[in-house]
Amino acid sequence: MKQLALSKLNELFAAMAAQQQLYIPADKGGQAQFLPYVDGMELTKSLNTARSAKDLFFPQTEDIVGFQVKGTEITIEETRDPGAPFVVFGVRACDARSFEILDRVFLSDPVDTFYETRRTNGTVVTLACTRPEETCFCGAFGIDPANPGGDAAAWMAGETLYLKANTKKGEKLLSSLPLLADCDDNAVETVQAEIHAITEKLPLNKLDLTGFDGDHLMEHFNNPAWSKLSESCLGCGTCTFVCPTCQCYDVRDFDTGHGVRRFRCWDSCMYSDFTMMAHGTNRPTQKERFRQRFMHKLVYFPSNNDGIYGCVGCGRCLAKCPISMNIVKVAKTLGEGTK
Amino acid sequence: MQELIKAKAIELLENGTVDRVLGWKTGEFFYDLTPAVFTSREEIEKDFVYSVFSGANLSKYLVKESRKDGKVAAFLKPCDTYSFNQLLKEHRIWRDHVHVVGIACDGMCDMEKIRAYGAKGVLSVERDGDTLKLETLYGPMTMNKADAEAERCICCKSRKLVAYDEKIGEDGDVIENSGRFDMVAKLEAMTPDERYAFWQGELSKCIRCNACRNVCPACTCEKCVFDNPKSGIAQKAAVNSFEESMYHIIRAFHVASRCTDCGECSRVCPQNIPLHLLNRKFIKDINELYGEYQSGADLETRPPLMNFTQEDCEPSVVYERGGKQA
Repeated sequence: MKQLALSKLNELFAAMAAQQQLYIPADKGGQAQFLPYVDGMELTKSLNTARSAKDLFFPQTEDIVGFQVKGTEITIEETRDPGAPFVVFGVRACDARSFEILDRVFLSDPVDTFYETRRTNGTVVTLACTRPEETCFCGAFGIDPANPGGDAAAWMAGETLYLKANTKKGEKLLSSLPLLADCDDNAVETVQAEIHAITEKLPLNKLDLTGFDGDHLMEHFNNPAWSKLSESCLGCGTCTFVCPTCQCYDVRDFDTGHGVRRFRCWDSCMYSDFTMMAHGTNRPTQKERFRQRFMHKLVYFPSNNDGIYGCVGCGRCLAKCPISMNIVKVAKTLGEGTK
Repeated sequence: MQELIKAKAIELLENGTVDRVLGWKTGEFFYDLTPAVFTSREEIEKDFVYSVFSGANLSKYLVKESRKDGKVAAFLKPCDTYSFNQLLKEHRIWRDHVHVVGIACDGMCDMEKIRAYGAKGVLSVERDGDTLKLETLYGPMTMNKADAEAERCICCKSRKLVAYDEKIGEDGDVIENSGRFDMVAKLEAMTPDERYAFWQGELSKCIRCNACRNVCPACTCEKCVFDNPKSGIAQKAAVNSFEESMYHIIRAFHVASRCTDCGECSRVCPQNIPLHLLNRKFIKDINELYGEYQSGADLETRPPLMNFTQEDCEPSVVYERGGKQA
């Protein structure tokens, strides 16, 4: 384990940024977001960013390929960004887990090479949550905010920052930073105990997910409660776009006037034209769209992925849904149905 | 107030005036209320909440609810009644199927402001007059309700109920000099470059979730052009940040002279973009160029942009306004 006085945090950031592109969660436009580090930039005081760390690996929009049209000739243009190594500092345990979920989608065959390139290039330095919020429920998914994972993990305790490598990538990064001093591994035990004392008190942390598995699929699907749960849903894409694990995208063509730029952009199962097919849509009302989102996270994804839920309990949808309808309310209501 | 409203909801259900009630349903923390339809005394007694977090404007739900059989009771705050009137004017709500209970409001609170004030891990919020008592994971705290009020409520345009079948509480007045155009005036005083930078900064945060459009009582097209894959301009994500400005500016144009300034667009924006400022700019301009007009204030007055008089300003007015060109 390594340590550094927190007063030297900016020196650490500068040292990292000198090696490769560094992103840290900082405040801009009234809220926290991952931003490219510039000298003197301060770490946000917010627990988490408004948008998740997913953005750095799976951006909202990216070009896939281009076409140039000259007369009757079409040439295909490679528009892929080759990328470069980067570090993202300050990822919370929930977002760190989200990469494991996204990996299962994008890195299984056929591999999404755009995502893969960023995962290869990126080093994730997590940060333990010393002040969890009431909307946090990562514990329900077995995530420990006191052991946040990633390539390297960081803890803030008193006036000191502690860092520990978890992977070779993390070790490489930490060993390249001479301003870090060695210290004992148990240095963070106290702060970890403090975090656990808070997580014990989190009201949603013990969300009961019994019955959310492949065995109860049809029971959940046909639960009459979906009508009530979805009745006020606006059909906006807020929950999907702030979600660290939502991974659906659409591929569209943009007419540049002299060719085409083919790009992909996040899609949302909340939208009326999501997975629109020649015959129309198989989810004609908001009830079916709403059901799809939660069935995917709580039932379909775990039954196809060794029981891993498609939610990490980051609480963003709880804080941001315009009508305050969210996965916790859905899980509690549906859970009643299988008891 | 909450008890009076709940009693009224139960009374209307039980005496057969209505067969369902539109209100706000309790959540996990008492601040996360969800608009909901109630059909029984038990549901109302258990889950109905009217508090400083009942900010959601229920009038747009009536577009759908009023088309169903039977009658629905809707509890509308003063600003919600303006939206209701405007929707009636546009023939979007079936009036016969709605029983409006106007309810007094003295300003709603915004959880984002409570968090920005420094409250972390808020487990419950209770109002005690002008004070909010917060129970948090890190101990109790109190704050003035005024510090937690939503921006749209701080510069509230009217506490007057402009449409109701019956009302609960004291009716208020239209508020002159609400200060709601102060920020617009500030933006107008900027140079075009400064103003452009301001809006690029704000609008580039947009994630095209469309919450502003979906919540907007003035946006009730059956199918939005941006949701129609055949329109050629349906876009789930922006091609560049200019695309986003186009979306918001076009939307503001589309609702001009119909927007009542209810502020729902800014309330729901997950990126905290002050979208209401675009609408307020239109309202301010309309007031200056066509005479004072408040959409939704009544059912009769013709909206200035849907009317013609010989006194209307000429299109050339744009050359006299908007500051020096770069």
